[in-house]
Amino acid sequence: MSMTMQRPAPPAQGPAPRRAPTNRRTRTRSLIGAAYAAPTAVMVGLFFVTPLLLVVWMSLHKWPLLGQPTFNLPDNYAGIGDNQLVGSAVWFTLKYTVIMTVLLFSLALGLALLVQNRRRGVGFLRTAFFLPMAVGFASASLLFLGLLSDEVGPVSDALRAVGLVDGYVSWTSGSANSALGSTVVLVLWRFAGFNMLIMLTGLQAIPLEVYEAARIDGASRWQTFRRITLPLLRPTIALVLTLMITGSILAFDQFWILTRGGPDNSTTSLVMVIYREAFIRLDLGSAAALSVALLAVLVIVNVVQLGVLRRRSH
Amino acid sequence: MRSLRAPAAVAVAVLLTAVLGACSDDKATGGDSTAGVDDGAQLTLWTRAATESVSKAYADAYNAGHKNKVTVTAYPNEEYPAKLASAAGAKALPDLFATDVVFAPQYASQGLWADITDRFNASGVKDKVSPGHVRAGTWEGKTYAVPHTVDMSVMLYNKDLYAKAGLDPEKPPTTLKEFAEQARKIDKLGGDVNGTYFGGNCGGCVEFTFWPSVWASGGNVLDDKGTAAKIDSKEMADVFALYRSLYDEGVAAPASKDEAGPTWLGALQSGKIGIAPGPSVWLGMIEEKGVKMGVAPITGLDGGESTFIGGDSIGIGATSTKQAQAWDFLNWTMSEAAQVEVIAKNKGVPIRTDLASNKYSSADPRIVTINSLVAKGKTPYAKNFNASFNDPQSPWLQTVRGAMFGDAASSLADGNAAITKSLQQG
Repeated sequence: MSMTMQRPAPPAQGPAPRRAPTNRRTRTRSLIGAAYAAPTAVMVGLFFVTPLLLVVWMSLHKWPLLGQPTFNLPDNYAGIGDNQLVGSAVWFTLKYTVIMTVLLFSLALGLALLVQNRRRGVGFLRTAFFLPMAVGFASASLLFLGLLSDEVGPVSDALRAVGLVDGYVSWTSGSANSALGSTVVLVLWRFAGFNMLIMLTGLQAIPLEVYEAARIDGASRWQTFRRITLPLLRPTIALVLTLMITGSILAFDQFWILTRGGPDNSTTSLVMVIYREAFIRLDLGSAAALSVALLAVLVIVNVVQLGVLRRRSH
Repeated sequence: MRSLRAPAAVAVAVLLTAVLGACSDDKATGGDSTAGVDDGAQLTLWTRAATESVSKAYADAYNAGHKNKVTVTAYPNEEYPAKLASAAGAKALPDLFATDVVFAPQYASQGLWADITDRFNASGVKDKVSPGHVRAGTWEGKTYAVPHTVDMSVMLYNKDLYAKAGLDPEKPPTTLKEFAEQARKIDKLGGDVNGTYFGGNCGGCVEFTFWPSVWASGGNVLDDKGTAAKIDSKEMADVFALYRSLYDEGVAAPASKDEAGPTWLGALQSGKIGIAPGPSVWLGMIEEKGVKMGVAPITGLDGGESTFIGGDSIGIGATSTKQAQAWDFLNWTMSEAAQVEVIAKNKGVPIRTDLASNKYSSADPRIVTINSLVAKGKTPYAKNFNASFNDPQSPWLQTVRGAMFGDAASSLADGNAAITKSLQQG
């Protein structure tokens, strides 16, 4: 973003008739720049800033589906503390974020390193790893729901055939751990390839000369990875981690479809609580307040995260 | 020229909308405006997937004899409340929409349906339709929705398995304890066969099938206003304990614990379940798969009969501009012709109590059994029903899971407090 938000050059001070054409040229150039940025600015304003302000405004009101809203600050925010689901959902969302980020990052980096160099069959592997990304996330969740179902899916039958499980088994709602496990496997399958691709671009941006120099100096593979690959990959890692953590904190589809937040609310994420407030309880104000709180947390997390990673990379 | 065409079209559209809106408002509020209007209007009707076939049957029969045309759109059951809420937020509700009867008080209180008090009063059928549905569609003395379909919970049992287990297929249980004994006997057949089945991870399924046993035993679940739970009772505890023992003994299929609803019908259609409480409308769907079924009332622990009178309510979308035409359709659905020739003919339960016995019902004694239960059943009423009982994150489902598979002793008391709190939320 900082690249696109460079300020136009400050206008020259005082009357300087000789410099008028330069002034005009600068102004024209900044106008052209503004014109180029305008479509994006309009889209961002219309589809991001406006809804965001509306949500903040809604969070200050009792907001019926039809009819006039009434101002009720701070009821919606005070209600967050009263909501028993929020506590367990916050805890679960954090747990899920940590598990997911660690596993997804390790897998994606592993895959990227695996297909980093041009070798026979690498093209096929890259495509294979990336392919799940072509399936919509909701469709992928439904696919897993079917695959893992004891009634219609082949997974349980296959595991029974090789003797790994015995009798009836419910992956998506049998226990809290199996429900979380099913979801983690789904997300790994769906997103590992995408994150691999981002890391691959980062890996390929590292100049080969650096590796050559390291080899001449007699660096081992581990030393090369630790001292060259990781430090030079840091900006990419920052991006990938930001995407992963944000995505995990906002997790909804996978739980809504695969586990419905169960069993016993053990996989109810924060966004599911927001959904329940808005569409089951029809309390839009309370849902908006929760969203604003979640947004604040996200902003803080991202600022801290980017700050730390950026500082280290300097 | 071309650049002027678009703004002009928009202006015309706005004007037309305003004029049409004004016209329909006149119709809605004018003096003698309680009659329906059949002038060739195109009406949209939304319903949940579970009710789709009935809504479409109504619409087809209505369209065949009227100038107005009703188009039915169905949405998946779980997504439907969210779809309605989004449409209401966008002020783009359909002309007509149906909903699970237990959710009707919430929609009525939110003003999502238009006020049809005068029209309903003048219809002449007010006292002849399912009273539970009428109450569900009433908020602060005004009527917002009328009955659309009736679905009741009954015991469905597999006659072939009964014969195989040495039980008399014509003698279904008369008490809940007898039900448990018969289920145990069938379970002894072994193999894939299980004695019974229930939706142990589905709040809606459990309330629909267990509550009648509580009512028939003399207990209650909710107070009259729907603002306080009454589940911390001996009757409720005993009913849960009975089903829990069936699960612990392996008489209930192991999948009962995780059944969240979607595969419930499939389990009964498999022909491998002896006896299970379920929706009366499934009778035909199970028999389609070649399973010979018997029907019996759901009983109390030591006798008595009751049923959960469910089904759907329907009203006119508050933002609809064709309210008089929409009412024409609603009024027709409650007529004798519609109830007998559309509902009863397809083995459904008429929403009209005065048409419970009709020329089609007498042909099948099982339908007579189902229809006779209407007088003994209840439709619970609460504004926050969905959030308190049906939603997967509801305190009721948490209570059910505790009572059935966890700490039974504390779950009812804790659940009672949590549900009451949820019922009283603004």
